[in-house]
Amino acid sequence: MNSDLGDISTLLIYGAMASYVVAMIAFAVDVSALGIGAPRDRRRRAAGIGMATMWLGAGLQLVAIVVRGLAAGRVPWANMYEFTLMFTFFVVAIFLGLQTRRDVRYLGVGVSMLAFLALMLAVTVLYVEADGVQPALRSYWLVIHVSVATLATGLSGLAAMISVAQLVKARTERAGARGGRAPVTAAATSTATAEVTSGATADLGPGATATAVAETTTPKQPRATFGSRIIEALPPSANMERLAYRLNAVGFVAWTFTLVAGAIWAEHAWGRPWGWDPKETWTFVIWVIYAAYLHARVTTGWAAEKFAYFALVGFMAVLANFYIVNIFFSGKHSYAGL
Amino acid sequence: MRGWLRWMWRQLTSMRVALLLLLLLAVVALPGAFFPQRSVDPNAVQQYFLDHPDTAELLDSLHLFDVYSSPWFSAVYLLLFVSLIGCIVPRTWVHLKNLRAEPSRVPSRFTRFEVRGQTRALGTPDEVRERLRVALGRRYRRRLASERGKAADGATRTALTISAERGYGRETGNLVFHLALVGLLVVTAWGQLVHYRGQVVLIEGDTFVNAPLDFDSFDTGSWFGPESQEPFRVRLDSFESEFTVDSQPREFIAGVTLTTTDGSTRTEDIRLNHPLETNDTRVYLTGNGYAPRFTVTDGTGEVAFSGAVPFLPTADPNYTSNGVVMVPDANDGEHQLGFNGVLLPTAAADEEGNLTGSAYPQPFDPAVVLNVWVGDLGLDSGVPQNLYLLDTTDMDQVTTTEDGTESPLQVTLRPGESAELPDGLGTITFEDLPRFAAFDVRHDPSIVWMGVFAGLAFAGLVASLFLPRRRIWVRLVEGTDGATVVSAAALARGDDPGLQRELDRVLAVLDDDRPATTEEDR
Repeated sequence: MNSDLGDISTLLIYGAMASYVVAMIAFAVDVSALGIGAPRDRRRRAAGIGMATMWLGAGLQLVAIVVRGLAAGRVPWANMYEFTLMFTFFVVAIFLGLQTRRDVRYLGVGVSMLAFLALMLAVTVLYVEADGVQPALRSYWLVIHVSVATLATGLSGLAAMISVAQLVKARTERAGARGGRAPVTAAATSTATAEVTSGATADLGPGATATAVAETTTPKQPRATFGSRIIEALPPSANMERLAYRLNAVGFVAWTFTLVAGAIWAEHAWGRPWGWDPKETWTFVIWVIYAAYLHARVTTGWAAEKFAYFALVGFMAVLANFYIVNIFFSGKHSYAGL
Repeated sequence: MRGWLRWMWRQLTSMRVALLLLLLLAVVALPGAFFPQRSVDPNAVQQYFLDHPDTAELLDSLHLFDVYSSPWFSAVYLLLFVSLIGCIVPRTWVHLKNLRAEPSRVPSRFTRFEVRGQTRALGTPDEVRERLRVALGRRYRRRLASERGKAADGATRTALTISAERGYGRETGNLVFHLALVGLLVVTAWGQLVHYRGQVVLIEGDTFVNAPLDFDSFDTGSWFGPESQEPFRVRLDSFESEFTVDSQPREFIAGVTLTTTDGSTRTEDIRLNHPLETNDTRVYLTGNGYAPRFTVTDGTGEVAFSGAVPFLPTADPNYTSNGVVMVPDANDGEHQLGFNGVLLPTAAADEEGNLTGSAYPQPFDPAVVLNVWVGDLGLDSGVPQNLYLLDTTDMDQVTTTEDGTESPLQVTLRPGESAELPDGLGTITFEDLPRFAAFDVRHDPSIVWMGVFAGLAFAGLVASLFLPRRRIWVRLVEGTDGATVVSAAALARGDDPGLQRELDRVLAVLDDDRPATTEEDR
């Protein structure tokens, strides 16, 4: 009966993966429509389909996770397969949550692709039967420590994706600013000022700023390519940077919680709160990278792109901590592996 | 010289250097994840020395096997903490002064602020100000004042003002977070100095006393005093384990009896994630296995050895275990006997009856397969010996001749079975198979404080990231028509998407009557 439930959970995961593929295609269609010059205020039917299938996928995945927990008779985040289910769910869920408050559909392709690829890797390589856990994992700290770790991974992942979009956008913005400065005409100067103002009043909301940039930048780009039209439709990089920062700030708090809860658990289980186990070391390094990111952002006058690189390095360390450390390093966290 | 020192100090406490040190800390922490660490797994370090004899010495001289106590790692984190203290202490004074001070004065011009509001309200400036004051709520610290200024028409006019500020908790949280990190470092260092940790292997029925001599290994900090060792005794009554059909462990339970100085006893189960807690000591279950009991008689027929010997489980999930039996008293010490070999809890055999390995971790059909050595065990040399490894340098392996070919003798025994050793060396009997459990006994008074500081750091972090720090200024001037002209501005520290909303909320209390006012104006 239990293995039946486990199979149902796996089937549901296949369903969620299929939904994410459909969503990815729909979002890609939406984006490429921009690329071939569709007006930005058109009815975005493809994006609508994308969002609907994302919701469907998230719903299927949630049910799959719950069923998996029932099949195993414990919380469903005790091995790498289940950890992947959880963090991809969080990436998708946070994306959907953000979308209810602001337009983040530009992230749709990335989010659905990340969710699909991570789940693909999970079902092909990391899959294990739903089963009980070994004594070392029998603790209520499993519920607390690991669930928050999956949330933190989800937050860092989504933030990293926004950072990538921000970096792409910032490059064209800089190129645009340079291009605008070269011909010293009144029009170019006014464009530049308008852009500065639009950045400054970004607090008014993404919709308002997006139109402000649209009005000012469209006339000065005579040869719009497929890629440039898409990039142009992205929100201003400053807005994306701010959104990534907020996600990373919450993510940092979640990492801190993971670290503290892990130390308490380690004290209970292994008789020491901290022992420089490879997993602990990597988590510490991740924590330090994000701490540096927050410090840099709050106190230095650096350009916004530099923070984005910090956040990306941080997320790469998160991925390494999960995929590389769990599989190739032996340590006290090894049971979390395959 | 002093100027140079001051320059150094200023550099060290600057944010740029602090960031650099923070990133450096991440970099210097990483090698510990790639090289085996003595503090984590000393055997892996030994293995590394065997596998890479040419590089191990060099790596060791660079402290790559003790990264977290190495001079370079210590230098980075100590510099970081000096930098942190140098940055945080002055900020703490400033913040304490700010906490006592009143909110800042109202700036003369509001136009330089992005978030502004302007409205008109019925009533005198005094009345309107009172309503705004109430609307701000208790979260804001407020300062009410008035200022005299010249209006555009040259007449002197008095304006009432409000300066309001909230979110001191943001900076408080930030300082608490950083100070708690310093606290965490200090109590960790203190814990290192006063802690002790003993490791002991107990066979079912055995007892250990919480005293240094009773442990197999015992580490202490340099401030450790024997008086901190709580007197108690622990007896291992039973050890039970549970496995799934595919040998996955599901439960380990060590049933123990704890006896304290007043003679009172209590029985407890020690499991993983569930240590035994005495007043200030914890006993953790760290390992388990089988300890076959042997009786060895020598050539004279005397019992030369009788006892249970822990066999250490290998990486095999089915508990194939390696062990050693040393019989130094055999034959009056002239020809000492040694046995090394494996224990198979559930022996599996191939078609010809040769044992191939263990099929299950529980002792359903246990068997030991032993090699026999005779000679000098080397125990009298004074060099500490590994009790789980037979030093065969001065020993000869006992062989057997079958069909004319000489091969090492292998003795296979099941519980209750005896074997006669060749050449009149004696006999060995496998009596029965008790289990053993390995325990860590630890006392570290700093743990509680680590918890306190970690909790403080977390709470401080949340406050410093999510409590908004906001200032709101309002200026109220009497209008020409008996209404009051209200202008306001707001400023936040860091990103604060809710700032405009917050100002609108405060000004909204005046909204009800504004339409009326404007209509009267017309």
